[in-house]
This record gives sequence, structure tokens and C-alpha cells, in this order.
Amino acid sequence: MAGPVNWISQIASVTKFGLLSMPQRRGSVLAAAFGIAGVVAVLVGVLSIAAGFQRAMTASASPDAALVLRSGADSEMVSGLGRPSTRIIADAPGVARTAAGPLASAELFVIINLPKISTGSDVNVPLRGVERAALLVRDKMRIVEGRMFDWGKDEVIVGIGAAREFSGLRVGDQIKVGRYNWPVVGIFTSGGGAAESEIWSDAAVLQAAYNRGDSFQSVYVRLKSPEAFNEFKDALTTDPRLNAQVMRQTDYFADQSTAVTKLITTLGFLIAFLMAIGAVFGALNTMYSSVSARTREIATLRALGFGSGAVVVSVMLESIVLALLGGAIGAGLSYVAFNGFHTATMNWQSFSQITFALAVTPQLLVQGVVWATLIGAIGGLFPAIRAARQPIAAALREL
Amino acid sequence: MKYWHLIWSDLRRKKTRTVLTLLSIVVAFVLFGFLSAIKQALTGGVSLEGANRLIVRHRVSIIQLLPQSYQQRMERIAGVATATHQTWFGGIYQDPKNFFMQNPVVPEGFMDMHPEFLLPADQRQAWLQMRTGAVVGRKTAERFHWKIGDKVPIKSTIWAQKSGSFLWTFDIVGIFDGRDKNTDTTPLFFRYDYFDEARRLGWGKGMVGWFTIRVKDPAKAAEVAKLVDAEFENSSAETKTEPEGAFVQAWANQIGDIALITASILGAVFFTILLVTGNTISQSVRERTGELGVLKAIGFSNVQVLGLVLAESCLLAVLGGIVGLAVAWLLTSRGDPTGGLLPLYFFPFHDVLIGVALSVALGVVTGFFPALQAMRLRVAEALRRI
Repeated sequence: MAGPVNWISQIASVTKFGLLSMPQRRGSVLAAAFGIAGVVAVLVGVLSIAAGFQRAMTASASPDAALVLRSGADSEMVSGLGRPSTRIIADAPGVARTAAGPLASAELFVIINLPKISTGSDVNVPLRGVERAALLVRDKMRIVEGRMFDWGKDEVIVGIGAAREFSGLRVGDQIKVGRYNWPVVGIFTSGGGAAESEIWSDAAVLQAAYNRGDSFQSVYVRLKSPEAFNEFKDALTTDPRLNAQVMRQTDYFADQSTAVTKLITTLGFLIAFLMAIGAVFGALNTMYSSVSARTREIATLRALGFGSGAVVVSVMLESIVLALLGGAIGAGLSYVAFNGFHTATMNWQSFSQITFALAVTPQLLVQGVVWATLIGAIGGLFPAIRAARQPIAAALREL
Repeated sequence: MKYWHLIWSDLRRKKTRTVLTLLSIVVAFVLFGFLSAIKQALTGGVSLEGANRLIVRHRVSIIQLLPQSYQQRMERIAGVATATHQTWFGGIYQDPKNFFMQNPVVPEGFMDMHPEFLLPADQRQAWLQMRTGAVVGRKTAERFHWKIGDKVPIKSTIWAQKSGSFLWTFDIVGIFDGRDKNTDTTPLFFRYDYFDEARRLGWGKGMVGWFTIRVKDPAKAAEVAKLVDAEFENSSAETKTEPEGAFVQAWANQIGDIALITASILGAVFFTILLVTGNTISQSVRERTGELGVLKAIGFSNVQVLGLVLAESCLLAVLGGIVGLAVAWLLTSRGDPTGGLLPLYFFPFHDVLIGVALSVALGVVTGFFPALQAMRLRVAEALRRI
């Protein structure tokens, strides 16, 4: 072997051979490429559900926002805090204040049944009762259609995700809460966060409708700064009058999303792994036939002094090029088909719906391409070894 | 059958290719089985018994409680045989990840309502005698290595005792099995009288989560459901009554359109396999053009040649299909891959049959065009290639 440059030029010429002969074998090349495209599309598609869900859950939480629940409650749904407790929480050290008072909103979280537009069957839609500070605690909150509800009135505003996924939530519609009909007066966004799946009303009005007396389920708080969290937490957890747990909103929402995210990713990887095995067989088939169609050419090159290493590398390169072609098709397809697709699923922690958009992130696309490369490499390896091991004399005799 | 040898030797002609194609078909059917099991786990919790049972919940949502006194009123409605109730306890055993359902029930009525839970008579007797007693399904008992006589501490996320503590302790007095394969044996049931007396006064006392009704005549279930909802109309807690099957189905639909998702994934998989297999078979037909010409020259009819190629593709597909379904059966019988989130994870038998049918279809579709190609071959042209 005469130096690395020569070796590389050998690889280049053998690879060129293979790549130029691809159009002649287009049936089998396309079959293998589409096989790999299928794997990548399914992998990226399924994982984009998990990525989109996680993004929706964590998007709007900022590091200087905290959430207080009854200790032992794993979600707002099962929590409970009386008015005296929520007052103590609002007045605790570390809470940001404006002229109107502390930035703390004591909230109620219940669910109501509404039909989902896509399936027509009833689902649990979250209905949240908030206090005035809620709009300042969540800084990304904007009314995009209609108006804010009037405090003290039986009116609601609806998150843009909920309005899109569930029927009867347009401005002018009415929702039935218990025995009352409440009009929808506005639609809001909250920076893509979980609140966009919710319906909001005045907490005091909701307490009355649900016979909750003067109790709440959670307190949403904006802190003076992200560092003020420990001071705030220590003050509440050491207060003997309270039985509360304090979390950063970022941690709470991340935690709420783990069950669903884990389930989807586990299933997604399992499905993609099985499909990848199938695609490897497809690639092997294609590469074996590619190699056997060129038995004579490869033998001739080797008789001329080409090294077997160059043959192995170039066959694998060919296979990887084919896989990357497939991978690119698959990644492109999944991006076009899935990215931004709006849907809703149940958040298992609170038994209520979360609306979200599927997210085909750059990381997922890279992951898809990596899978394609691996499939191509494995699919090329064995045919490459066979090509390199062929006895030259026997192969040439076939001429 | 006399062509068996011919078909077999065609498949053995390029062993590597045949084996690889076979394996990709096997993988497709393993996936089929796996997805069937997932779909079963998410949507299949409807027992045969469910046909004569109705679920009554609060009209606004399941989280709102109903007065326990509704039971007597329901049992007086024409067409209702019996009614029982359950309440969501939302308990955690050691770690939130150890999810399973625990509900307080009235033992006698509950066991009569649910004959799909098989509890030995002596254990049932023990449960009736012990206030703090609880019965647990086989799966959960095995998962946490619980035996009869164990004391199990469970922390409720919702219900506090009078002392203010959320920690409840139950005595395991029985372990029940499922009568059918799709009976969920992960829940734990404990006594409502113990629960109602021990829980903190105030919100929730005397209130239960939802009711199950057994109707006298399943054919009249819809009418009974209407009567029940009419009974509680304009009360402080209006109800929504629906068949158990519809209730379970609606619960699964909350997750999303599962049938659509699995169908699209399977569509992608089978489309891929169709390409790979179809391509292999047409490749092998092309290579054998000369031989097929010879067959025709010695008197094989067009239909016989068509049949030969189709038989070859069907043999490959069915062989791969059966092996794949068998592997899927073995894999899924090892149980839920997510560790507790999917209690009803298994590969239902009717889906196995669908799989077999699908494998035949795959063979016909992949073999169709190559077979047509072989049938239309002109003898003279084909022989020229030899």
C-alpha cells in the first residue's frame, strides 16, 4: 500500500463505481432507501409527540415563579389550601410586590367535560379559577380575541389551545358549569405553555359554583428574583400554621410531564428499533445484490492492485450514502407532516387535557440521521467483507 | 403439492436473500404484535361483564363527588338490579412511580357486581370480618411481594384521616385473580365503611366517586341510563350515565386517537416491508426469466406459472408472518414494558388471526406484479436469454 493518499483515491474510485451504478439498480436502491426513510420518519414522528408535549408543559414557566400546594399533593387537582393559608403564602418573604399588593394568585383547578373536536368524545378540560395577580404572575399571558372576563361575573376566557381542540369554546359560546351557563368572552395565549389548554374564570365565582367555600388548591407566586426561592420556601415550610410544599414552577411542570414523555419515548424507541432491524435486512439485501452485480469489476480492480481495505470502505460508503438519502427523505417527510401539528392528550398526573403542537426539533432530525447512518453502516458491513474476501481468480473466471 | 419441490428450490436459490427477506417480514409482524398489545392495553379494558353494567358519574366531571345516598334512589329505579360505588383514593405506595389504583368499596355488593374478580371464599369471609382489610390483584401483589397478613402503608394524595395524616394502613386479607385475560388485576380494594368513618370531617364525608349499576336486561341499558339521569336532574349533583364500555372507551380517547396512531405506524411499516419484499421477488423473477421460459416451453400453462410465483411469495410472507407473530406472542407475554402504566398489556388472540390474514395479503400483493410479469413472458424471448 503506497501511502494514505493512494488509499483514499482507491476508495474514491471504487465508491464512484458503486454510486454511478445506482441508477441501474434503482428498484432495489429505492426500496432500501425508503425502508430507512420509513424508520426515520416513524422515529422522528413519535419522538416529536414527546418533545412537543414537554415543550408545552415547560414553555411558560420562568425560574422566578413558584407554586405552592398542600404537602403530599402530587398535582393541583388533589391539593387544597384554605384562605388563611393562601394569605400567609402571599405575605411570605421573597414574594414580589406591586402597589396593588403581592404577586400571588390563589387558584382553583377543576375539570369539566367537553367533547374533543377530533374524536367527538368527552374529555376532561381543565377549568382554573384565578385571582387578579394571575396576569402579573404569568408574564406571557395576552388576550388575543375578545376581552378579559369581568371580575365577579360568570364569564370565562379560554386558552388558544383549548379553543382549537375542544368544541364550544369560541367567543360567544357558552359553557355549562354545574347548573349555570357561562359565556366565553375572550381567547388568550401564554407563550405556548400549559395554560393555553385551560379555561379561566374568577376564582371567587368558581368557588361558589363548585361549593368550595373559601378554599383554593394552589398559589402561583412571582418571586423578587430566582434567588429568593430558598428564602420563600424556608419561610413557608417552617411555618407551623401551614402544611405546604413549595416548588419552582419549572420543576413542577417538568415533573408533571415525565410520565407521558417517558411512556412515549420508550414506545417510540422500541418501535423504531424493531423497524430499524427490518430496514437493516433491506439494506443488506440491496448491498449484497450491488456487490454481486459487480463481482467482476471488484475482482479486476483487486487484480490491478487495489487493497481489500479500500473495497470494504467503499462498499460501506455506498451503503451509508444510500442510508443518508433515505434518512434525509424520512426526516424531511416527518418535518413536513408532523412539525407544528396541533393535538391534545391527557396529562396522567392531573387527568386533564394538555393541548400541544408536535415539535420536530433539530436534535430529533440529527437523531434520525444518526440512526440512518447506523443502519447503512450495518447493512454495508457484511456485503463489504464478502466483496473483499472473494478469491480474485474465481471471480475473474466468471468473465 | 406436486410443485412443492419447485417452489422450495426457487426459494433456496439465493439463501441469503431469502433469509433476509424472511427476517424483514418477521420483524414487521413482531411490530404488528407489539402494537396490538399496546392498543389492547390502552383501549381493551372492557370486560364481557360490562355489557350489563352502567357507570354513573357527576355530570360536570368525574372528579366531582356524588352523595352515597344516591345508591338507594338508584336501586328503586325500574330496570336497575343493584348499584355499588367506588371512590378514587389516589394513593402512593413508597414512590409515585409505583402507580396502581386503590378504591374504597362495599365488599359484598362490589364482589357480586364484579364476578370477573376471583376471590377465594375464605378470603372474602376474612375481608368481611376485618374493617381495615383490603384485597389486592395478583399483579400488584406479585410486583410488591405482598402476602396475606401483610400491613401495607399507602399515602393518599387526596384523603386525610381525622388525625390529619394522609397515611393509611391496610391489612391484606385476600389476593384476587382475573377471570378473563383482560381483567385488570392491578387494583387494591378496601372497605368503604372504614374509609368513610376514618376520613376527616368536612368536604367529602358521605360522598363517593362514581356508581356502577347492573341492569336487569342489557337490551334496555340505554333506557335505564336515561331514567337514572332523569332521577337526579336539577339536583345539586346531576349525573351522567353511560355503559361501562363507552366509559372505558372515552377514557382511552382522552389519551388520543390510539387506533389512528397505531394504524398509521403499521401502515408505514407494512408499506416499507412491501417495498423490500416486492423488490426481492421481482428481482428473483427477473433472474429466472430463462428458467420460466423453459417451464412454459415444456407445457406449463400461464396460470400455472402465475401460481408458482404467487405461491413462492405467499410461502415467504406466511412463513415470516407466523414466525413473527410467534415471537411477538413470546415477547408480549413477558408483560408491560413501561412498568405499571399499562396493566392490560397482552397480544389478543383475534389480532393474531388478523395477523395471519395480513401475512397472506402481503404475499399476494408482493407477488402479484412479478407473477403477472412471469405469466406474460413470451417463450421465445425468454429462451433467448439462456
